[in-house]
Amino acid sequence: MSTGLPSVLIIDDNAARASIIEAGLRNAGHDRVTIIAEMHGIVAKIATLAPDVIVIDLENPNRDLLENAFQLTRAVKRPIAMFVDRSDNEAMQSAIDAGVSAYVVDGLRQERVKSILDMAISRFNAFSRLERELEEARGALEGRKIVDQAKGLIMASRNISEDAAYRLLRKTAMDQNRKIVEVAEGLVLSAGLLGSGGNGGTG
Amino acid sequence: MIEINGGFLPLTDSAILVVAKEKGFAEDEGIALKLARETSWANIRDRLAVEQFEIAHSLAPMPIAANLGLTPFDTKLIAPMALGLGGNAITVSNAVFDAMATTGDIASQDARQVGLALAQIVKARGEKGQKPLQFGVVHPFSAHNFELRYWLAGVGIQPDKDIDIVVLPPVLMADALKSGRIDGFCVGEPWNSVALARKAGKIATTKSAIWASSPEKVLAVNAIWAERNGPAMQALLRAFYAASIWCGEAEHVEELAELLAKSTYLDQPVNTILPALNGGLLGEKSTSAFFEPHARAATFPWQSHALWFYSQMVRWGHVAHSDERALVAQETFRPDIYRAAIVPTGASVPSANSKVEGALRETIAVGASSQSLLLGPDGFFDDRFFDPDHLDLYIRSQTV
Repeated sequence: MSTGLPSVLIIDDNAARASIIEAGLRNAGHDRVTIIAEMHGIVAKIATLAPDVIVIDLENPNRDLLENAFQLTRAVKRPIAMFVDRSDNEAMQSAIDAGVSAYVVDGLRQERVKSILDMAISRFNAFSRLERELEEARGALEGRKIVDQAKGLIMASRNISEDAAYRLLRKTAMDQNRKIVEVAEGLVLSAGLLGSGGNGGTG
Repeated sequence: MIEINGGFLPLTDSAILVVAKEKGFAEDEGIALKLARETSWANIRDRLAVEQFEIAHSLAPMPIAANLGLTPFDTKLIAPMALGLGGNAITVSNAVFDAMATTGDIASQDARQVGLALAQIVKARGEKGQKPLQFGVVHPFSAHNFELRYWLAGVGIQPDKDIDIVVLPPVLMADALKSGRIDGFCVGEPWNSVALARKAGKIATTKSAIWASSPEKVLAVNAIWAERNGPAMQALLRAFYAASIWCGEAEHVEELAELLAKSTYLDQPVNTILPALNGGLLGEKSTSAFFEPHARAATFPWQSHALWFYSQMVRWGHVAHSDERALVAQETFRPDIYRAAIVPTGASVPSANSKVEGALRETIAVGASSQSLLLGPDGFFDDRFFDPDHLDLYIRSQTV
């Protein structure tokens, strides 16, 4: 049974991001949500689906193609760019910042669409945040590996314990006002260049 | 330092923007130029509309279309500078190229000769009841679209009937050609070279063979920003002018290709970028440069160029002709702002705002602000003239 809310098409080749937007819309009661990831034949697919609202990521290079198709369509329900009347500059700014854009069929009242776009914006932002955190986590993991490697080098060359090697690294970093991982990186790099057991370490 | 934000698409003719930033020409003028790479012209338009960009690398007909109300948002744009002449080509699939080659010599890239060869193939396909060939362009309001249509119509091929013209993003052109989804395309560099490198097709002819010394990209500027920031606008134009000189100097070709190749800009191999800069894409008999960033007034925003694009918008049904609309198109290009910024530097700048397109058969010296200036050749392949003073007549004489 339809809730009477506008039908939504999400065009995004990032499947994970598309599905979190879909989940958000379904939670909000939208029962007619479709995702298209494959751009081949997109115009025909849109014509068949005839969605009320199209949500598309700004990285998608096919926007010019789609806009041209919308321009040429003879259908009564012609999609037009969101906020084309400049009614809500702020919302448009945040959409662009989040990396998302939308098209709405002509005649559909903007307020009926606002909540859909707001959802898309917040989910796009959440997704970018998640990606950033993952990236940082990956960086942190890499850092720990390098510190382990540097400790191994110091232990081998000075014949000291792991604890002592770490204390030496930390002291050097403090003395030079640098991060431990930077000092470790320098050490591993120079060891590699000088060929003095650059393969060592526990990482 | 004045901060100016600009957008660009990864194309070889973004060179002036890239060089203005990377070689310090913007900084010399007190400008902190921030460039953002975009994936579609729609993104550029949107970010100009919400004033995240003050300026952008733009298809020359785009600001005209915007001011005529043909595109979303009512942001008024001006084009106070062109970003070079030429720079694109028509590439066809290997199958179409080979079929054309059986009808005669097409290696010259001569637009008429190649066009007539294509017309024969199109006719033969029509007689056999085969479906029309499909050619790709990147945007309806692009020099590519209008040149391709002008060329086809000029050799007796009716666009949209004998050949279908579809819009495709440049990044997908080579793949679409290789997989047979399209049979040809008209697109800016490096995308022809990318297709050549993938052996997806061959160059049939070039923009410079269809219309010598023709406009391609312009600097689009938010009109209100330009009005309120006169000194910054002038400083930016001086910086871009200096960058255009640098881009046009033969000894910088390699360095320019390396700059553009960077991952933040075109993100393509140097070898794919070089052919557009060193003439490597040109046919054996070509006389005009493939892409000219500076010489022959390559950055001057001729109002006759704006009006020619307008005449093509009328021709292909985008807009109905009226004197008022023609004036909107003409005044989108702003030679007055260009002159106010560049003349004081002592550079030679055309004294006229418009010229008769097609009048110059060869490069000649013309009147300019200081000393003389070399212009042309600027002819169309079919030897027709475009006289902006007789716009109505030209529009009436066009066949669809």
